[in-house]
Amino acid sequence: MSEHAHPTIKTFVTVWATLLVLTALTVFVATLELGPFNAIVALSIATVKALLVLLFFMELRYSTALTKVAMISAVFFWMLLAGLTLSDYLTRGWSSYVNPFR
Amino acid sequence: METVSRSTEPKTTNYLNADYGVKSWLLTTDHKRIALLYLGSITMFFFLGGFFAMLIRLELLTPAGDLVLSDTYNKLFTMHGIVMIFLFLIPSVPAVLGNFLVPMMIGAKDLAFPKVNLASWYIFITGASFILYAILTGGVDTGWTFYTPYSTTYSNTNVITAALGVFIVGFSSIFTGLNIIVTVHRMRAPGLTWRRLPLFIWANYAASVIMVLGTPVLAITIVLVALERLFHLGIFDARLGGDPLLFQHLFWFYSHPAVYIMILPGMGVVSEIIACFSRKRVFGYDFIAMSSIAIAVLGFLVWAHHMYVAGISTYAAMIFSMLSFFVAIPSAVKVFNWVATLYKGSITLETPMLYVFAFIGLFTIGGLTGVFLASVGIDLHVTDTYFVVAHFHYVMVGGMVTAFMGGLHFWWPKITGKMYPEALAKLSAVLVFVGFNLTFFPQFLLGYMGMPRRYHAYPPEFQVLNVLSTAGASILAIGFVLPMIYFVWSLQYGDEAGPNPYRAAGLEWMTPSPPPTFNFDETPEVTWEAYNYDEIDAPKKGVEVAG
Amino acid sequence: MPDSETAVHNLKHHFADLEQQKATSTFGMWLFLVTEIMFFGGMFAAYLIYRLSYYNAWVAGSQTMEIELGAINTAVLICSSLTMVMAVHFAKIGNRKLTAVCLILTLVLGFAFLGVKAVEYHGHWVHHEVPGPNFHFEHEGNYDPRQVSIFFSLYFAMTGMHALHMVIGAGLLTWLLIANARGRFSPEYHSPVELVGLYWHFVDLVWIYLFPLLYLISKHHSG
Repeated sequence: MSEHAHPTIKTFVTVWATLLVLTALTVFVATLELGPFNAIVALSIATVKALLVLLFFMELRYSTALTKVAMISAVFFWMLLAGLTLSDYLTRGWSSYVNPFR
Repeated sequence: METVSRSTEPKTTNYLNADYGVKSWLLTTDHKRIALLYLGSITMFFFLGGFFAMLIRLELLTPAGDLVLSDTYNKLFTMHGIVMIFLFLIPSVPAVLGNFLVPMMIGAKDLAFPKVNLASWYIFITGASFILYAILTGGVDTGWTFYTPYSTTYSNTNVITAALGVFIVGFSSIFTGLNIIVTVHRMRAPGLTWRRLPLFIWANYAASVIMVLGTPVLAITIVLVALERLFHLGIFDARLGGDPLLFQHLFWFYSHPAVYIMILPGMGVVSEIIACFSRKRVFGYDFIAMSSIAIAVLGFLVWAHHMYVAGISTYAAMIFSMLSFFVAIPSAVKVFNWVATLYKGSITLETPMLYVFAFIGLFTIGGLTGVFLASVGIDLHVTDTYFVVAHFHYVMVGGMVTAFMGGLHFWWPKITGKMYPEALAKLSAVLVFVGFNLTFFPQFLLGYMGMPRRYHAYPPEFQVLNVLSTAGASILAIGFVLPMIYFVWSLQYGDEAGPNPYRAAGLEWMTPSPPPTFNFDETPEVTWEAYNYDEIDAPKKGVEVAG
Repeated sequence: MPDSETAVHNLKHHFADLEQQKATSTFGMWLFLVTEIMFFGGMFAAYLIYRLSYYNAWVAGSQTMEIELGAINTAVLICSSLTMVMAVHFAKIGNRKLTAVCLILTLVLGFAFLGVKAVEYHGHWVHHEVPGPNFHFEHEGNYDPRQVSIFFSLYFAMTGMHALHMVIGAGLLTWLLIANARGRFSPEYHSPVELVGLYWHFVDLVWIYLFPLLYLISKHHSG
């Protein structure tokens, strides 16, 4: 069997504890009124949690480059879906066309 | 070309006679048998879709809507689209030729996940059954595009059944693509570097990437449509606060790349055939390989060109228009490289090569008209007219089906160990070419003159062109029926093919015809470049090959 | 069965060795997770677009969520991910009993999650927050109630699809328990445990994003 690094039990428990702390943190921050930053902070914390699960629990950190490329591609193509669709929704109001029938 | 005379020696064990009985076929995990299961199924569906096409063309012989009711006509073009796209075109090359050839071309004994491969076929049949049930119990009339809110709220036909069928068939496609990607990454024979792979592999790999990334979005969109129809949700219904265009964005995010799922494997077939019958390495190998990847990626960036007049913002339309121009470039790169392959080649016109020539011409016309449609200004006038119908039939039938026919003929000897009758095959190819052009070229003119699509009645001035189109369709039909007959005939009466009747390059030709169940007794070690025709032909030419 | 026999017994004919087989099946599972990202991704994209257009309605809908239950469920799934990696660990070192214990714990935590979800769904139903003929939303705020209905449509679609994936995960865990009880796994061959683990963590990942997006939009009522 090929030998490559694996996280230790200690790492797993540390990651687990960190995830719980981050969960508590995100709930706490949600009670504050930060305007648009509420969403940014919440999603940033979620992304950190997601990376912890991916890199350590799913051992992506120790996986092949191909696996990492596959995951990055998925995120990238999702961003294409959301981003290019948004390019429509965000610019719909830009047109100076005035509807003569209104 | 020398033909091998019928052998009187006892048959050796190959994948066809290794085991007998229905169970040995229905429970097989041999990629070659699964490919044949798919071949049988998609052929049936091709003729079912063709049947709907025949009714459409019969209706359009006269300006009045006099053959069927308009509601029925709506069902006809819907079912024609659903069956042809989801039950024929999407699986055709990947699930038939891809399944059969990918492991052999890379020197493997099977695909990475043989049981998943078999499951994939069963999933395909299950989804197809849903679609057939929808057809038989009243049909669907939403168009294959299932636009909302008609599909979610107003249509009284079997939308959910048909949509569920498409959902299920989508998973068949996903699993096939997943299998091919993993196989190509992990199971290549020693020495077979990426740049030594046949371009057929690159093409199917790129198409598989699209299958894996795009099809799930279609799947979830269909789930939302079904939920909306069942529970009156309103996600896509303006009356309930939703946006119908959101459906279209999600739908076309898959359905545009889907056309590249359909054409890329056909392009792979063209590369293989053109090299063999020019006796030359494909010109610009790296460019064709890279262009396959480019098409797969760029293909995801252009979907809203189906929505220019739907109500998207003008600025988004301009962005998608520019991106749509870009996506044509890698396809053009391929066409130029194929033509360059012919230059100074030793060209012979066997049936597969006839199909390849047809492909290059017809795909170019189809692709160019696609570029016209990418221009917002032109599309405003010809969208939803027969111009669009002609465009996509040129690329899908003139391109994809032609390539599939070429591939079927090219690899038939390998798959069955028999040769088809060459003269009859050439006649069929010519009939397909003539019939196809007669059917669809008039449709460019009709669309440009303003005849809308999906209408069962039209103004009388369009009749002549419609009659020409229907006449062409009958010739096209004969061109497709003949191979059905002579392929089946060849199984019993065709000449024995031998391992490599075309002296083609590629690992699949180094096995007996038909191949044994596990393809190779020993995994080959590859030390040569792809398309090594100079080495293959060297003794014949009497030329010393250096190195 | 001695370990080496288990290993040989599990080598499929089209692979050269167990290492190639394992690398292949692992990559296959990661690719499947890629498809799952795009599958859920369609709903996330729809959610994102509507949130930008219907923010006030999104806030109103989010405020009907019980953050405590959502947070508990998040913690439950995080714990289940820990028990899952421990199950893989014990399978790797060949400890059948502890593998079973960890798999069972994961399963129990999974059912706990589904139980809490059921409680939440019931709450929404009772408060007329389920889209359809029973939907009736009256909370003060500057929004169109039809937009709130769309929020709840996406809420139920996204959490429902997530719950369905958890049920499938529970099925996979049960299958692992049975295979483990039959001694199918060994230090040489335990990839099914790892692969189910990957799937299970992915389902956890989806929830990690669902929680802030659905429950934590804003504690403050919209103006």
